[in-house]
Amino acid sequence: MHKTKTVQEPLRNFAKVKEIIEKYGTERSALIPVLQAIQGEFRYLPQEMLSFVATAMGIPQAEVFGVATFYAQFSTQPKGKHIVQVCDGTACHVRGASDIIKKFKKDLQIPEGKTTTDDLYVTLETVSCLGACALAPAVVVDGKVYGNVNFEDVARIIVTMKESDDE
Amino acid sequence: MTHQYMEVNNKKVEITGNEKNILEVVRNMGIEIPTFCYHSELSVYGACRMCMVEDERGNLVASCSLKPQAGMKIKTHTKKIMDTRRMILELLLANHHQDCTTCEKSGNCKLQELAVNMGVKKVRFKPRKPWQDIDTSSASIVRDPNKCILCGDCVRMCSEVQGVGVLGFINRGPNINVVPAFDKPIADVDCVNCGQCVSICPTGALTIKDDTLKVWEALSDPKKKVVVQIAPAVRVAIGEEFNHTEGSNYLYKSVAALKMMGADYVFDTSFSADLTVVEEATEFLNRVVKGEKLPQFTSCCPGWVTYAEKNCPDLLSNLSSCKSPQQMFGAVFKKFFAKKMNIPTEDMYVVSVMPCTAKKFEAERPEMSTDSYQDVDAVITTVELARMIRKMGIKFEELEPASLDMPFGFSSGAGVIFGTSGGVAEAALRYAVEKLSGETLNEVNFREVRGLEGLKEATFNIHGKDIKLAVVSGLANTQQLIEKIRKKEVSYDFVEVMACPGGCIGGGGQPVPNTSETRVLRSKGLYDIDAKSTVKKAQNNPTIEKLYDEWLKTPNSDEAHYALHTHYGHKKRIGGMEIKDEAKENANEKIVISVCVGTNCYLKGSYDVLQELIGLAREHGIEDKVEFKGTFCLENCSNGPSIKVSDDLHKYGVQKEETQKFFNNVVLPRVK
Repeated sequence: MHKTKTVQEPLRNFAKVKEIIEKYGTERSALIPVLQAIQGEFRYLPQEMLSFVATAMGIPQAEVFGVATFYAQFSTQPKGKHIVQVCDGTACHVRGASDIIKKFKKDLQIPEGKTTTDDLYVTLETVSCLGACALAPAVVVDGKVYGNVNFEDVARIIVTMKESDDE
Repeated sequence: MTHQYMEVNNKKVEITGNEKNILEVVRNMGIEIPTFCYHSELSVYGACRMCMVEDERGNLVASCSLKPQAGMKIKTHTKKIMDTRRMILELLLANHHQDCTTCEKSGNCKLQELAVNMGVKKVRFKPRKPWQDIDTSSASIVRDPNKCILCGDCVRMCSEVQGVGVLGFINRGPNINVVPAFDKPIADVDCVNCGQCVSICPTGALTIKDDTLKVWEALSDPKKKVVVQIAPAVRVAIGEEFNHTEGSNYLYKSVAALKMMGADYVFDTSFSADLTVVEEATEFLNRVVKGEKLPQFTSCCPGWVTYAEKNCPDLLSNLSSCKSPQQMFGAVFKKFFAKKMNIPTEDMYVVSVMPCTAKKFEAERPEMSTDSYQDVDAVITTVELARMIRKMGIKFEELEPASLDMPFGFSSGAGVIFGTSGGVAEAALRYAVEKLSGETLNEVNFREVRGLEGLKEATFNIHGKDIKLAVVSGLANTQQLIEKIRKKEVSYDFVEVMACPGGCIGGGGQPVPNTSETRVLRSKGLYDIDAKSTVKKAQNNPTIEKLYDEWLKTPNSDEAHYALHTHYGHKKRIGGMEIKDEAKENANEKIVISVCVGTNCYLKGSYDVLQELIGLAREHGIEDKVEFKGTFCLENCSNGPSIKVSDDLHKYGVQKEETQKFFNNVVLPRVK
């Protein structure tokens, strides 16, 4: 069903990046906030943008790439419009998180070996502990937390997520 | 002041408070603590955990990152420490491709050495990830990620000492790796091939690209006449490979070894260095007279040349147009000597023995050819020559020295000191002062430019004219100097640049350890040779005089320009990237306007030009007919901001204030 909705890769707009750099400055310490803002804009960190940031801030490209790959919050691969995070920390794991992950993978039609659908509609991530162990297994979709998730919930969560497209 | 003491292995030691860390205190006592990631010339990183010592409470602390304090009590070799060290080594070895027998670094590998010393007999752990591909893209450096122990020495060397920052850590935890930017091959990033990373790498993760096979092949080919040149800095370092004293001259033993291998002629690169002095100093004097393109930067160092091409397009015309001595040598032999000796050029095979990894890259450059023949066919480093000597089974210690071949075996002291920081400047001064004053120069030693400091400055009053010189080595130092020159905080007439700290004697192809201590001895070795030489000025080298009489006529003549000079061009720092600014579907029918947003164009305001053009296109309602792209480096940096309309590069660039004019004159007429 969601395949009919094509999501375009965000336009790579340099004006935005320049604006971001102007806002945070070119001190080394500004690198992480700059990358966060760029990711907020483009949902991931395109290589060209990292190269641009390195040039503009006078930091070696290898170092900028290093920072971008060090933190789990940054992604150098395009991410989907929706982000589903399933917790696979200890508590969630023992309450069956692995099966929940499998179910999401199947229902969202995520290709084997990938985390994002080819049409960039949704990204499925596993995270280690959301700090909501009492609600294990826990799932976060676009920032909204669902607790005690079972198989039936997975289907319902996906429907809610798709409905949000129409809003 | 009261004396302060700490205790090491129950022994009282006086501390001055000036020691950098406990490691230094312990090493000063004559106790060796192993390290991978600690180098006195780099910042303290504290990653390898080899240097751990035990404190009073039985805790293990890294001695490289702990300041000594009065009253401290530490032990350096307790059972606990030894066991931990061995365990760490075992874990490092588990993820290390243990093909020691076929590894370039074998015998010189710190990991191997420590594993033997610590008694690691068996590695109980399995590697945790599949082996990765080896990066052989570079002409100079081979990177084998499977041998990396993540000490970060290369990362710090490249960014702290060389200011380039090619390598960096990516990912974290078990997935951490040391790679060039965006995990691209080394040849596609801003690497200048200086090889300092190879010099400092404790394992075989970064090695010099081996070109000895090419040389063996040529040596065994009966048709080929193999002509070998040996660079100045090689002779004072090769002895270290055979446990001889650093800095002693092993030129003539090297000649004997090369002759045994079957080389037809062996000459000295110092001879072509003399030629470079005459050409480069003449070029300099012409510039001084005309008052243009000053300061003149030297161009003998291929690491620096590549750096300038990638980062300083505004200064490229200030570089001397002279080829480096290595390339001049090749040109002289292929163009002049071959004819004289009746050797067909295609049968002449020029091998150079260099202290430098970047020379391999330089020899392959298309600009470095004369009459469609590459000037130099193969470049091997000091370390590679030593390996060939061992392979041949030559007992270097017992070798009878042999003399260089004539006539090009003769060189002046000026040509020899080319191998150390300050040497090129001094050699040029010995020529320029004499030419400017018209009098014979008797005091040839210009001590002001000697020494291994990163930056040396001097002003010489020659015949009423002040000539200001700067001598810089290490690219990070160079970067700082260039910034000052750009900001007009300083001004010079002549700037000598060598990419490696201390100059060629500290090159990436030299034996390890390549530290400041060994560099001092090697440098002294070269100045000793100069002091003993009968001819100290390049212009007094009779072979050089003959060369001008028989072939080149005068310095900087047309003949000299054809064979001995070259040109440099802008190079992009990172390969293969193009960005669509506005993605539209029917791109084929549009006029594509690419605006360069590479470093130099960006700094010149190319981004504003791009934005203004997009705005103008919108104003004129032609947004669907033009497509704007930001590209990385169109290799037209000095005329930036560069713009390409469809496939035509707008050669003179478009300044910010010319954007409107460019739009009206170039873009609008194209839109039907």
